[in-house]
Amino acid sequence: MKILVCITCVPDTTSKISFINDNAELNKAGLQYIIGPYDDYALARAVELKEQIPGTTVTALNVGLAVNDQVIRKALAIGADDAIRIDAEPTDSYFVANQIAEIAKQNGYDLILMGRESTDYNGGQVHGMVGQMLNIPSLSPVMKLEISGNVATLAREIEGGKEYMEANLPLVLGCQEPIAEWKIPNMKGIMSSRTKPLLVISPTNLETLTKSELYELPAARSGCKFIAADQAETLIDLLRNEAKVI
Amino acid sequence: MSIVVFIEVADKEIRGSSFEAVGYGAELAKMTNSTAVALVLGNEASAEQIAKIGNYGISKVLHAQDSRLDVGNIQAYSHAVVQALDKENATILVYAKSSLGDAIAARVAVQKKASLAANVLELPDLSDGFAVKKAVFTGKAFQYVTLTSENKILAVKKGAFAMTPSQDSANVESFSPQLAESDFAVKITKTDKVTGELLLPEADLVVSGGRGLKGPENWGVILDLAKALNAATGCSKPVSDLDWRPHHEHVGQTGVKVSPNLYIAVGISGAIQHLAGVSSSKCIVVINKDAEAPFFKAADYGIVGDAFDILPKLIKALKG
Ligand SMILES: Cc1cc2nc3c(=O)[nH]c(=O)nc-3n(C[C@H](O)[C@H](O)[C@H](O)COP(=O)(O)OP(=O)(O)OC[C@H]3O[C@@H](n4cnc5c(N)ncnc54)[C@H](O)[C@@H]3O)c2cc1C
Ligand SMILES: Nc1ncnc2c1ncn2[C@@H]1O[C@H](COP(=O)(O)O)[C@@H](O)[C@H]1O
Repeated sequence: MKILVCITCVPDTTSKISFINDNAELNKAGLQYIIGPYDDYALARAVELKEQIPGTTVTALNVGLAVNDQVIRKALAIGADDAIRIDAEPTDSYFVANQIAEIAKQNGYDLILMGRESTDYNGGQVHGMVGQMLNIPSLSPVMKLEISGNVATLAREIEGGKEYMEANLPLVLGCQEPIAEWKIPNMKGIMSSRTKPLLVISPTNLETLTKSELYELPAARSGCKFIAADQAETLIDLLRNEAKVI
Repeated sequence: MSIVVFIEVADKEIRGSSFEAVGYGAELAKMTNSTAVALVLGNEASAEQIAKIGNYGISKVLHAQDSRLDVGNIQAYSHAVVQALDKENATILVYAKSSLGDAIAARVAVQKKASLAANVLELPDLSDGFAVKKAVFTGKAFQYVTLTSENKILAVKKGAFAMTPSQDSANVESFSPQLAESDFAVKITKTDKVTGELLLPEADLVVSGGRGLKGPENWGVILDLAKALNAATGCSKPVSDLDWRPHHEHVGQTGVKVSPNLYIAVGISGAIQHLAGVSSSKCIVVINKDAEAPFFKAADYGIVGDAFDILPKLIKALKG
C-alpha cells in the first residue's frame, strides 16, 4: 500500500503570535516550527499501518519553503520512507490542494492522510479539496482507521458522538486523536532520516483564490476580578447582574 | 444573484449556529441587493424547525426530502449543495463553521472554483472588492482576506452573528438533487450519538474540568453545576486522553474551539493550548486552588480555592 501523509509546518503551539510590515506579515523571528499537531496524528497512524501491512510505504509531503526541511526531516525520523517538498509559500488552501492533487495524480496513492486542520490558518479544507480534485471520497475528522485489503473501516467524530463507516480505497482522510498516539523519533530514526530522500520540486498551478491583506491581534482582557472562596453567591450575582451572562 | 445558506441538522434540530448563518446570509443579501435562500437536506428536521428559518430573515427554503441525506454523506451533500447553487444562480454559499460543513464546503469550493474563507467574524467589507475578517492561529489573531473569485464561500464562526428572532415565517419549496450511486460510496454502518445532550460547540454556557478534579469519579460536581446552569460540559486535553471524559469534550487548540457567553474552567491550569480554544468566550470564570495558575490572567472572574468546596456552594447559590 502507498500512503501519502501531508504535513504542515506550523509555529509551536506555545508560540506568541505577532506581525511585522504594518501587520501585513507574520513575524517569524523567534518562532519554533513543528509538524502540525493533527498531521502528527496522521503520520503516526501511517507509520503504524506500515508496521502492520507488509510492503507499505509512507511518503511525507509539504508545500512550503526550504526552512521547513528540518521539520520534514523529523517526519522521516518518525518513520516516513521519503519526502517531497513543493517549493512554494503555501498562500491559500486552493493553491496547496492543487499541488497535493498533482503529486497524487502522478504517484497514485491508496491512502492520503492529512490533519483535520492546520493550526495556523485553521481551514479544515485541504483534504476535502484534494478529494474533489481526485474525485475520490474525503472524510474528516477521522478518529479511528483500520485497513483490511482494499477496505477501510473508520470512525468520524460528529457533534456529540461518532459515526462508523466503511469505504474502499483510495481515500483522503483528515485525522485527529485518538487515531494514534504522537510518536517521538528514536536515535535510529534520527540517524536514518539524514539519508532518506527529500525531493524538492516546483509548484505547477500557481492559481490562488484569496489574498491576505492585514492581520490584527485581539484586544486584551481587562483583568480578573477575584472573589473569596466562601462568596459563591457574590459570583452568581456578578454573572447575573454585571456580566449578564446567566 | 443570490446567496444559499446551508443548514446543518443535528439530533433532529437545526443547529443554533445555522440560524446565525441564516441571519448572516439575510444581512449579506441586503448589502448586495440579492436574495438569500436556505437549503435543508434530508428528513431529520421537523416542519416547525424548518419554519423557524423565517424567524432569522430568510423567507425561502429549499428542502430535499431525500432520506439518503439523513446522515452526513459528504460527497452526496456536496453535490446537492452545488445543484442548489446552480438552481438559484447563487454566487455565495454561507454556512456555520463545523467539521461537517467544512468537509462539504471544501468539495463545493473545487466544483465551483470558489474562494473559501473559514471562521468569518463579520459581514464583508465591499468598499474595495470583497474582504472578510476571520480568526486565525486558533483565535490568537485575526486576518483580513480578499476573496478574489467570482464564487465565494463563507464559514461563519459561532457567536459572530447572534440576532434576535422575529415572527416571520418561511416558504418551503421542495428540491430534488440528482445523486448518483457513486455519491454513496462511503457506507455509514452505525451512529453512536448521545441524544438530548447540549452540544459543546453550540453551547452559550460551558462548564469545563481539568486534571485538578483528580479522576472521572469526581465529575459529579461538574455535571451538577452544568445542569444547574443548563450548560454543556467540556474538559482539558489530558482529561480526554486519560478517558475520564469523551473526546468530543476536549477543548483547545487541538480540540473543540468554543465561543460561549460564559466559560467556567475548574481545575484547569490554563496552558496556552487550552486558552487558544476558549479565547473568544465573552466571559471567563476560573476556579483553581493555585493563585498563580496562568488561567487567571485570561479570566474575568476568579476564585482561588478547592473546587470540591466551591462547586457545591455555587450549585446551591444558583438553585437558591
Ligand atoms: C501540541 C499540543 C497540543 C495541545 N492541545 C491542547 C488542547 O487543545 N487543549 C488542552 O486542554 N490542552 C492541550 N495541550 C496540553 C496542555 O499543554 C496542558 O498540558 C493541559 O491543558 C493541562 O491540562 P490541565 O490544566 O487539566 O492539567 P494541569 O496542567 O495538571 O492543571 C491542573 C490544575 O488543577 C489545579 N487543581 C488541582 N487540584 C485542584 C482542586 N482541588 N481545586 C481546584 N483546582 C485544582 C492545579 O492548581 C492546576 O492548575 C496540548 C499540548 C501540546 C503539546
Ligand atoms: N502547506 C501544506 N503542505 C502539506 N500539507 C498541508 C499544507 N497545508 C495543509 N495541509 C494538509 O491539509 C490539512 C488541513 O489543512 P487546512 O485546510 O489548512 O486546515 C493539514 O492538516 C495538512 O495535513
